[in-house]
Amino acid sequence: MQIFTCPFCGPRVETEFSFAAEAGKTRPEPAAEVSDDTWAQYLYANANPKGATREIWVHVTCGEYFMMERNSVTHAVAGSILLRSETP
Amino acid sequence: MTRRYSAFGLIREGLRHHKGWHPAWRSPEPKRAYDVVIIGGGGHGLATAYYLATVHGIRNVAVIEKGWLGGGNTGRNTTTIRSNYFYPESVALYDFSLKLYEGLSQELNYNIMLSQRGVATVAHSDAEMEISARIVNAMQINGADAELMTRDQILAKAPLLNQSDQARYPVFGGVWQGRAGVARHDAVAWGYARAADSLGVDIIQGCEVTGFLTEAGACVGIETSKGVIRAGAVGLAVAGHSSVMAARAGFELPLHSYTLQAMVSEPVKPCLDTVILYPGTGTYVSQSDKGEMIIGGGIDRVPTYAQRGNPPVQETVISGLLEMFPSFGQLKMLRQWGGIVDVTPDSSPLIGPSPLSGLYLNCGWGTGGFKAIPAGGWLLAHLLAKGEHHDISRPFDLDRFTRGRLIDEAAGSGIAH
Repeated sequence: MQIFTCPFCGPRVETEFSFAAEAGKTRPEPAAEVSDDTWAQYLYANANPKGATREIWVHVTCGEYFMMERNSVTHAVAGSILLRSETP
Repeated sequence: MTRRYSAFGLIREGLRHHKGWHPAWRSPEPKRAYDVVIIGGGGHGLATAYYLATVHGIRNVAVIEKGWLGGGNTGRNTTTIRSNYFYPESVALYDFSLKLYEGLSQELNYNIMLSQRGVATVAHSDAEMEISARIVNAMQINGADAELMTRDQILAKAPLLNQSDQARYPVFGGVWQGRAGVARHDAVAWGYARAADSLGVDIIQGCEVTGFLTEAGACVGIETSKGVIRAGAVGLAVAGHSSVMAARAGFELPLHSYTLQAMVSEPVKPCLDTVILYPGTGTYVSQSDKGEMIIGGGIDRVPTYAQRGNPPVQETVISGLLEMFPSFGQLKMLRQWGGIVDVTPDSSPLIGPSPLSGLYLNCGWGTGGFKAIPAGGWLLAHLLAKGEHHDISRPFDLDRFTRGRLIDEAAGSGIAH
């Protein structure tokens, strides 16, 4: 059982987490000018890297989305990073 | 020249102390150029080479494999072959594959030990029985064999199933496909390799593809650890590593790579002569000719290239097995393995031209690549030989994501990812 770290709840077991998406995708704007190709790339294409990764995960039990830096071969976790830098 | 395998040959070699056997294929050094180069020496790549040689008469072909033949997912799966899908496009694809499998031992002169023992997908409620009826109707309309079974019929097929009134996932009935079954997975790779080699295909193992050779924006060959190899067309059939190769070719694919793990028990006496899938637990199981229970489930939900499984999924799969077959509680597990599967957003494969001209894709099979080996090879061979789609592969082109024409089998037939 691997331990991941939620930025809010601390270290928890992997079954509490769910992979959401690769980090770093920017939604193309404005929508009216976005081609089908660009939109499909944004929705579906992935780098799916072998080695160092930056991914968006969700801690299902608290509902917070955050960025996790991980290695997709060794499964070593480099760190969990808040997506929000300021509290409202 | 490859010698034909036969019962007579087996007896002759037995009398000669088995001194007359030869390697089933050559291990040549790569030539500088081929008409077609296929990256990936698993089932799909080897089948592609075979059908290029037999169907299209293109024999100046090389299969380039980083490791050894069938050392990836072809040698690490649960060997189930079936075509119980929902959408017409999928049934056309997978039933074509099943039909090719049915004649494959004779065609390749290599016993792939196809055993059409049937697959039962069990329903656990009245509502699931209605969905099962819908899938059976869809399969029949699409030309595949399918039968809706009652509880008694399912229990007659597998009497050891949990018959308790207290079962968490009770047996209400299910979908039966009698032509489905299992085959010897290694033999599929070895049979295609031997047949392709005898037709002149060069199978080059231990050779990694490090890049693509392009001229005027088109792929004209590959760079490998054994030098540059030029090619008229290049096919990519590398399953879980498709994104790695795509990055070397300069594009991204709609894929995530996950581990799919499976396990086998110690061998026991014959007690299960069909393949049983419980959608409720996600676990499926069959018994090998050696007596081992072959057990699989869903993917590990962590994107990964590590060929090993996570313990939480093992626990889910095994607890599912015990819900299905309480009497298996005393079984000892013999071994466990994980392979890397490339999963698309709609759980259907990618077959067609890639964004790089001259490079063609066969990937995205997810957890179901083994059953599709003959069709995947046939269709990629067609693309490589003619430069255009076969009717069966057209719907599975990469452009379906741009056109919004996804073939969502996770929703259609409830496959496990």
